[in-house]
Amino acid sequence: MPEFERVTRIAAAAAQTYELRLYVAGQTPKSVLALANLRQICEEHLQGRYEIEVIDLVENPQLAQGDQILALPTLVRRLPEPIKKIIGDLSNTERVLVGLDLRVRA
Amino acid sequence: MAARRELPKTLTGIRGFDEVTRGGLPTGRPTLVCGGPGSGKTLFALTFLVNGALQFEEPGVLLTFEENAEEMASDVASLGFDLPELVAAKKLAVDYVRVERAEIEETGEYDLEGLFVRLAYAIRTVGAKRVVLDTIESLFAGLKNDGILRSELRRLFSWLKDQGVTAVITGERGEGLLTRQGLEEYISDAVILLDHRVHDQVSTRRLRVVKYRGSHHGTNEYPFLIDAEGISVLPVSSLALQHHAPLERVSSGVPQLDGMFGGKGYYRGSTILVSGAAGTGKTSLAAHFLDAACRRGERCLCFLFEESPQQLLRNMRSIGVDLEPWVTAGLLQFHADRPSRYGLETHLATMQNVVTAFRPTVTVIDPVTNLMTVGTSADVQAMLTRIIDHLKTENVTAMLASLTPGEYAVERTENISSLMDTWIILANEEVGGRHRRGLYVLKSRGMAHSNELREFVLTDAGLQVLDASGDPPARSRLEFVPERLVEHAGV
Repeated sequence: MPEFERVTRIAAAAAQTYELRLYVAGQTPKSVLALANLRQICEEHLQGRYEIEVIDLVENPQLAQGDQILALPTLVRRLPEPIKKIIGDLSNTERVLVGLDLRVRA
Repeated sequence: MAARRELPKTLTGIRGFDEVTRGGLPTGRPTLVCGGPGSGKTLFALTFLVNGALQFEEPGVLLTFEENAEEMASDVASLGFDLPELVAAKKLAVDYVRVERAEIEETGEYDLEGLFVRLAYAIRTVGAKRVVLDTIESLFAGLKNDGILRSELRRLFSWLKDQGVTAVITGERGEGLLTRQGLEEYISDAVILLDHRVHDQVSTRRLRVVKYRGSHHGTNEYPFLIDAEGISVLPVSSLALQHHAPLERVSSGVPQLDGMFGGKGYYRGSTILVSGAAGTGKTSLAAHFLDAACRRGERCLCFLFEESPQQLLRNMRSIGVDLEPWVTAGLLQFHADRPSRYGLETHLATMQNVVTAFRPTVTVIDPVTNLMTVGTSADVQAMLTRIIDHLKTENVTAMLASLTPGEYAVERTENISSLMDTWIILANEEVGGRHRRGLYVLKSRGMAHSNELREFVLTDAGLQVLDASGDPPARSRLEFVPERLVEHAGV
């Protein structure tokens, strides 16, 4: 993606509300860690303009198909568009920010 | 200690495959089906699944990673598999898995539990006993962490065992490996290899059971066929040579010829070779045989590799044998094909399928020698052995016409003559400016038969063998002698 376009998108995204979904399967160490990491990143970078919905696939397995979930945990950014997916325990803050379009890839 | 019992097996319903593996795939275990592009892996897997749902009351799950899933559904629809209908009837659950590497960022530890959740949900939804993963290796293109993928796949295959489902996992053939990602390392219960070769513009499909833990299986390569009826494997049947040897006799359709076989004709279920040069009357003899069988109300198949059915019907009418009413009555069926259209295996697999479907008691192949142009001599012998075996097992009396290039030359049929129970040689000779036809029974196992060379004529009332004495007296004796024929036959 041309750098100019990406920067413009980041600027536009900065003003929007983030609708985030975190898919997990039960209270595993990875899912607990992922949720903690996500909350911290959102508080730091998206204060007051984010919503997090946690979906436990153990309880709602039928929801895995719709968002094409394979890996867990998976964070899905539903808004702003386009849809983005970040998989893993979200321990690498830098890559989460890049994935959420909150920072330009170094 | 008691002899080790074979593991339980699950029928695939794929014609021939269940015979080759003595009962199908290992129940409750994963089987790897691998092969190159277009080798029929997906079709094999889907047939296993659809047959399970329709024939064996075993619902199934299809987890497909293929990008063009809709295309796949329409491909199998042409074989009569209606996937949407099976889904609606809760006999099948389909989950299309898509992984877009471009929209995925990877950060930190993850596992593929989402895949497990989806699979478990689908299995529960229909109460599945069979699962197909097609082609799970696509995940390697979608996710970056090979280490995680490998350990998760290992976990997935053992999880499938825990679920007690019989699974087929397809894999694309790789360089020096059975599959690109070496899946054979994880799936050790059974491995099936499919192969699609094109040689001399003739395509040949083969199937091999590479591995089947705890089971006997044939290690041969088996030809298999994909046609309008789906997939079928051609097993080497009756290796033990345990055919029945019925004592019942069937008429050749020519009374005088029956007379040469002790007055009763051929043995039912035997194989008769009729060889001779062009125009010696092979097809006429076959037509009489077909006509006689149809008159007895028996079903007859006739494979033509030279003439069209219309040509044959017209020519036979000229000697007073009208086969058309039998075709109309559904007793006689023709299958005409050009030998060069497929490989030998495909021809014979097709023939086997037609025989299985039509269940004839009499089958004619005219001329079988035209098939021999399609393969090497060893291949021809192996394949003809298979079809003859199959016909014998089904107790079908078969007549094979063999076109020999020269007057007496029989070398082209040498490699199959040992498979024949009865061998009739036809010949032409100019004697005193007249065209004379001769017929000689070279061998006929298990019965007393004439050793004389007999003259015959083709009249508008059919083929008539003349009396050995040369009666009617006006005819002079035939000059050519049986010894010459035998000499040339190399027996």
